[in-house]
Amino acid sequence: MDLATFGVQLLNAIQYGMVLFLVASGLTLVFGILGVINLAHGTFYMLGAYIAYGIVSATGSFWLAMIGGVAIAFVAGLALENVFIRRLYGRDHLAQVLLSFGLILVLDDIRQVVFGKDVHSVRPPEFLSGSIQLTANMSYPVYRLAICGFCIAIAVLIFLVIQRTKIGMIVRAGAENREMTRALGISFDQINRYVFAVGIALAALGGIVVSPISTVFPGMGDGMLILSFVVIVVGGIGSITGAAIGALLIGLTDTFGKVFFPTFSSVLIYVLMAAVLLWRPNGILGRREV
Amino acid sequence: MAALRPWLVMAVLLVAAVALPFVVPTYYVQFASKVLIMGILAMGLNLVVGFGGLVSMCHAAFFGLAGYMLAIATPKYDPASFWVSFPLAVGVAALAALIIGALALRTRGVYFIMVTLAFGEMLYFLFHDTSIAGGSDGTFVNYKPEIAIAGRMLVNLDKPLIFYFTVLVFLIATIALLTMLVRSPFGHALAAARDNERRARSLGFPIFRLRLMAFTISGAIAGVAGYFAAAQFGYVAPQMLGWHVSATVLVMVLIGGLRSVAGPLVGAFVLLGLEEYLKLATEYWKLVEGLVVIAIVLALPNGVRHLLTAVLGAPQEPADDQTGVAGAKHV
Amino acid sequence: MIRQALPGQNMSEPHLPDASLRAASLSKHFGGLRAVADVSLDVHTDEIHAVIGPNGAGKSTLINLLSGDMNVTAGSITLDSRDVTRLGAERRARAGIGRSYQKTTIFAQSSVYENVRLAAQAHAKAPLRMFGSARSDSAVNRAAHEALQRTGLAERAAAPANKLSHGEQRQLEIAMVLATGPRIILLDEPLAGMGLQEARRIVELIATLRKGHAVLLVEHDMDAVFELANRLTVMQDGRVIASGLPKTVRTDPAVRAAYLGNHGDAA
Repeated sequence: MDLATFGVQLLNAIQYGMVLFLVASGLTLVFGILGVINLAHGTFYMLGAYIAYGIVSATGSFWLAMIGGVAIAFVAGLALENVFIRRLYGRDHLAQVLLSFGLILVLDDIRQVVFGKDVHSVRPPEFLSGSIQLTANMSYPVYRLAICGFCIAIAVLIFLVIQRTKIGMIVRAGAENREMTRALGISFDQINRYVFAVGIALAALGGIVVSPISTVFPGMGDGMLILSFVVIVVGGIGSITGAAIGALLIGLTDTFGKVFFPTFSSVLIYVLMAAVLLWRPNGILGRREV
Repeated sequence: MAALRPWLVMAVLLVAAVALPFVVPTYYVQFASKVLIMGILAMGLNLVVGFGGLVSMCHAAFFGLAGYMLAIATPKYDPASFWVSFPLAVGVAALAALIIGALALRTRGVYFIMVTLAFGEMLYFLFHDTSIAGGSDGTFVNYKPEIAIAGRMLVNLDKPLIFYFTVLVFLIATIALLTMLVRSPFGHALAAARDNERRARSLGFPIFRLRLMAFTISGAIAGVAGYFAAAQFGYVAPQMLGWHVSATVLVMVLIGGLRSVAGPLVGAFVLLGLEEYLKLATEYWKLVEGLVVIAIVLALPNGVRHLLTAVLGAPQEPADDQTGVAGAKHV
Repeated sequence: MIRQALPGQNMSEPHLPDASLRAASLSKHFGGLRAVADVSLDVHTDEIHAVIGPNGAGKSTLINLLSGDMNVTAGSITLDSRDVTRLGAERRARAGIGRSYQKTTIFAQSSVYENVRLAAQAHAKAPLRMFGSARSDSAVNRAAHEALQRTGLAERAAAPANKLSHGEQRQLEIAMVLATGPRIILLDEPLAGMGLQEARRIVELIATLRKGHAVLLVEHDMDAVFELANRLTVMQDGRVIASGLPKTVRTDPAVRAAYLGNHGDAA
């Protein structure tokens, strides 16, 4: 493999990892702060992509698709939290797993009704299409670079909100010690709703963002869900930095795996996970058992 | 008198199960076989979920793996020998459970769920992406396995009635095995680890080993179900190992009640019956099924156990007091 | 694994070899926080060694280190001549270290009898036997009955554990430890939250534990401590500030200053 190809694949791996991180961070957000495992997270990734396709087909504007898609996901998240998710707080994992599974079945059929089973692709915005010449013999699609930049920007934004704003402080306090924070008079109903909606929106955003470079198909949500889980398990329990590392590792493994071991590339990721579990059961940056 | 009731119920159910194929059309006999097979799978899963307190999302992988072993062991123009293919299928399923369990049980709670889900998917991809046994298209099980000794056929699995009774025998054996396990010191220790892991550990129980044993046995039982599922359907595909199947079996466990050995069998019956009906009623049966699952989770936190207890008596509670009062039942 | 008192042996006169648990320079760090720093102590058969200290002194962490519920950052723990520092809680329990918890840690959904029976089962010949009824092992049943008898819970055997009074639950904690036939007993604030009557019962019970066991007692209740302890160690801010005979320790000026205040004057 020559340097140019290696460079391109490396960038692909990083870009893929960034999207994984975006989606996985939505999942960790919901799990870390609300204590709920939501299997339907992948479904929102898929729905984001389909909604992007729908809006772009109807209006031709990718920006509208992005804004519209995120807005729809956010509102849907608020509604779902209010109706279903808040009944899961404090309940056992089996209940959470099965309720979110039920949601997947429902949302899948809704997608079927609205968009059918067809496979689509979406055109990226004009000024982001085309390639940029990075070195003498290596050019790279602008859009993919834009994705990397965008995901980093979102990650920084979330970090700033959580660490530097009042609402972020409340969210962190609630994650640490819900009883105490409640005793201080802070009501969590609103906050829970927003946290869940943001988590879902991140998944949808991931789907919207990849729709120009990846096929939009019904099963894409499942794949992303599992990968998000692997990212969290590999990167470490309770660590956002760990999730970033995990996402990058998975991105690298998957991308280079497809190059060198095309048939086994999907399995490689799980081999990586198995190796991490043998070495550090709590993930690379996970908190060790006291 | 309270102690008699469970046995009475069991006897009645057994008579009904035996009489069933003689009074209903063949299609329903095949449906009943399917229910029994999924019942075996669900009951096996419940050893880990209900009695062990671990939500495993990869049991479909053990189920499918066993099915694939039968397909692979069946030659193109001959049936496979039961004596060879059955131990192979169940053995491979158990081995997979042993390996995956050894890795997954290093984690706890939600992470265990994620890890089992991931490993289950790994096996799915193994069959989907490679060319093993037909790749993503799957492969046929050309002939039902042959149960014969020295060339003389003992049991002809081609006949739906015979197939049904064979599966029924294995179902009863599974119930007997699980009942024995649950009442044994092993079963009590497993329940103790579920109820208060910290305390069980500090008493000296080897928790990892305990759970791994349960997980492996449960995987083997899933293998038994997978073998017969492949034999009945005559076809295996990677979807058999998919996590949607694992989740569906969990729904059966929830419906039937986590604390009872045979409850999941009832759950299998309810869910499969519901699916049959829905598939005929509407194109969007998945949506309705999804709503039903959500409703069950929200409305019946303990599954339909409440309904079941009214009819059948209190469910098996392994950590019962020595006096055995409160109608301890072993079903 | 060494098997201690066979279930069935009369617990009040166990024929157990003498045992000792020794902690040497034990430390436990949580990030920057030093919960336990350079603590050494030991406890032998036929003695009650009490550990006291103000809140935050590190007593609970110390017990967690000794029982294996927490990993040590530095130092070693020796059971007789065997280094058990790297052993987890399960294996230490099987080696003969039993512990009760300050926050009641029982099998709440099960009966009192089942709780104690499980404890005895953990130390039976085949704790994970897969066939036969768990409740029909006579050796295990005997050990369970004796433990209940000894802690005065025999009448409450059939009651669900979560229906017990607080005091009874503390008794159950101790019964469970006894049923495992330990040589070393670690008691983590057994009198926590008890009324006078109940506390009296537990103190009398603990006194009977001395014979044949090495008992490490972490407690806040000063009356009980001075009544029971053969030796006394005082901790503050994770360190040992005094250790020795109770009457010597209570007059130690550092201890007075840190903790006992006027209480010591009553000597």
